[in-house]
Amino acid sequence: MQVRSSSMRASGVRAAPRAAPATGRAARRVSVAAAKEKKEIMMWEALREATDEEMERDPTVCVMGEDVGHYGGSYKVTYGLYKKYGDMRVLDTPICENGFMGMGVGAAMTGLRPIVEGMNMGFLLLAFNQISNNCGMLHYTSGGQFKVPMVIRGPGGVGRQLGAEHSQRLESYFQSIPGVQLVAVSTVANAKALLKSAIRSDNPIIFFEHVLLYNVKGTVHDGDYCQPLEKAELVREGTDVSIFTYSRMRYVVMQAVAELEKRGYNPEVIDLISLKPFDMETISNSIKKTRKALIVEECMKTGGIGASLSAVISESLFDELDHQVMRLSSQDVPTAYAYELEAATIVQPEQVVNAVEAMCSKVAARA
Amino acid sequence: MALAAIAAAGAAGRSGLLPALGRALQRGFAASASADDKFTVEVMPYKAHKIEPPSNQVETSIAELTSMYELMYTMRRMEIAADMMYKAKLIRGFCHLYDGQEAVMTGIEYAINREDAVITSYRDHCQLLARGGTVKQVMAELMGKAEGATKGVGGSMHMYRKQAEFYGGCGIVGAQIPLGAGLALAKKYEGKRNIGITMYGDGAANQGQKYEALNMAGLWNIPVIFVCENNHYGMGTAEWRAAKSSTFYTRGDYIPGLKVDGMDVLAVKNAVAFAKQHVLDNGPIILEMDTYRYHGHSMSDPGSTYRTRDEISTMRQERDPVERVKKLLLAQGVDAGEVKAIEKKAKKEVDTAVEESKVAAPPPMSWQWKNVYHDPVGIKLRTTTGGYVTPSYDPTYTLP
Repeated sequence: MQVRSSSMRASGVRAAPRAAPATGRAARRVSVAAAKEKKEIMMWEALREATDEEMERDPTVCVMGEDVGHYGGSYKVTYGLYKKYGDMRVLDTPICENGFMGMGVGAAMTGLRPIVEGMNMGFLLLAFNQISNNCGMLHYTSGGQFKVPMVIRGPGGVGRQLGAEHSQRLESYFQSIPGVQLVAVSTVANAKALLKSAIRSDNPIIFFEHVLLYNVKGTVHDGDYCQPLEKAELVREGTDVSIFTYSRMRYVVMQAVAELEKRGYNPEVIDLISLKPFDMETISNSIKKTRKALIVEECMKTGGIGASLSAVISESLFDELDHQVMRLSSQDVPTAYAYELEAATIVQPEQVVNAVEAMCSKVAARA
Repeated sequence: MALAAIAAAGAAGRSGLLPALGRALQRGFAASASADDKFTVEVMPYKAHKIEPPSNQVETSIAELTSMYELMYTMRRMEIAADMMYKAKLIRGFCHLYDGQEAVMTGIEYAINREDAVITSYRDHCQLLARGGTVKQVMAELMGKAEGATKGVGGSMHMYRKQAEFYGGCGIVGAQIPLGAGLALAKKYEGKRNIGITMYGDGAANQGQKYEALNMAGLWNIPVIFVCENNHYGMGTAEWRAAKSSTFYTRGDYIPGLKVDGMDVLAVKNAVAFAKQHVLDNGPIILEMDTYRYHGHSMSDPGSTYRTRDEISTMRQERDPVERVKKLLLAQGVDAGEVKAIEKKAKKEVDTAVEESKVAAPPPMSWQWKNVYHDPVGIKLRTTTGGYVTPSYDPTYTLP
């Protein structure tokens, strides 16, 4: 799914070579080079590249998790890394999330930079105490003595009929923990760039990938580019309405946008990227321009990222709004197994189209 | 720094020089006994599980024992003062006191150095003291003052001392156990010949995460000592009512263990020194310290509804760890007057700390937002009144 984004434009497109040779081996070399520049990789490869580059750059960076080593990673994010870095730096843990999350925090307190992988973010509920109390709050309760420079990463979200327990959205539960940052990736480019930043950050970062996005294709930024963790991404500039979204819902929104464009609408789409803290500067600039806000999330209606964002927008940007904040979320039910029921649980593109049309026509009618 | 040099010397047990508290051996012991006089004490034999126990003949010296006495006596007076301050409502919230268990942390401290990592639970005031903190830091923290060990934001259960490899101070029962394994893992990762010590109680010994940590530590030969401070009561529930098997030193199954008389500082020190050598090359070991707490679980617990007053007073009379060291010193010919002088000095230190803490200032409001994040680049934190605050570096925010 091609998505127009500033990050995509920035990557891999260079000025034309001085004088492109017309024929022969030289010509082939140029075209091979050009193809290599724009080589598309999948998101899991991009995450793997980021991990590899950071581990090479800094010997204190290490990985811990289930099946990250010899098995190659259940989503291949750490594929083959144990051969390069050894078992100590790519540590295969037993199945004990509470235990190895605590170990990761302890290691981080001494100065290591562990990347702890939850095979599915949902399993990290077992490690909630370690994440909340020891990871998030330690810097504060120790009076700033200990930092916890770890990255807690893994796939979450609703997949393809994985069942209720494997379709959870942990960002809902983690967002209240003081002291952590929450980041959600969505494209190949931002996945690599954000993971690099997260690993280099001295704060604990909870890094949300999505089960269905690992095979998304795209190009990465050149060189050592590290994307700021706290900035939202402008996906599509527009004027009619500000649509705020993140992770896989970005693609759902862009599918809806294709239809909306046909119907003559000009929506602005912003990928939140930073779920905690919100990039209020980008968010408020957009709302001041469009005067309508639509949040499209995969969290449930109750207590999700959208609920928090909706409250913040209503409270701080009330006078900039021509319409109440609209929010499309998942149903407050465990995700069913059956295909039709699962599809009805989460937001579909038609709902986004309808919401935008309803908002715009209501405001136009009042004018 | 002198401290680093001493720590680096790595001798099992320090020869009587305790830093921040300035307990240098200065007094005239020459009159009664030479400060370097070494002698051997017989301690209770160790019970062993899957390992050969160390000898129960422990070598010590007047100098070392005197230094230990000073530390233990200060711990005792400090905890009693905390009790009084709590009843006077100057200390609030939860306050878990360590009196009765002084021998455990003192023995540990004398068997390791300041590059070995220690982590414990909420019963952590004396651990901070042993690891180089001052009574003033503890008292000020308990009273929520800015001069406290963690600037008044941590409280009783969150005391830390990074420069002494003391990692706290943990509020949730048992959560520190995997953390401790992680501390030791980092030592191994970095190729250091140092260990980690993770302390927990008989109540926490029934936590799943303890077994998770034991498994990983055993699997990867992590140099960690699991110290179970068995004071026989997990809050209000006796050990035999909470654990199917209360031989905690055997509950590591494939992990070796020792049962130690936790009321005898020399037995503890000997066991920990032995354990340190073991874990550096052979992976984890469990040390069960048979100890006792005079107070209830915390100041909210009278400690008498689930045990008899007879039991408590019998412990005091027969097995008090501080008294034991005092008797040993006197039996070795140390002048009673010298011992009294140590006690007087400790009392004075505690009283001064209390008085100073009473009038000290609480942390300023601006510190409410300090240190939520280590690296606040680009972060604005939203307050409940709708504004945003950007946490910034404050050079006046330094720790003692």
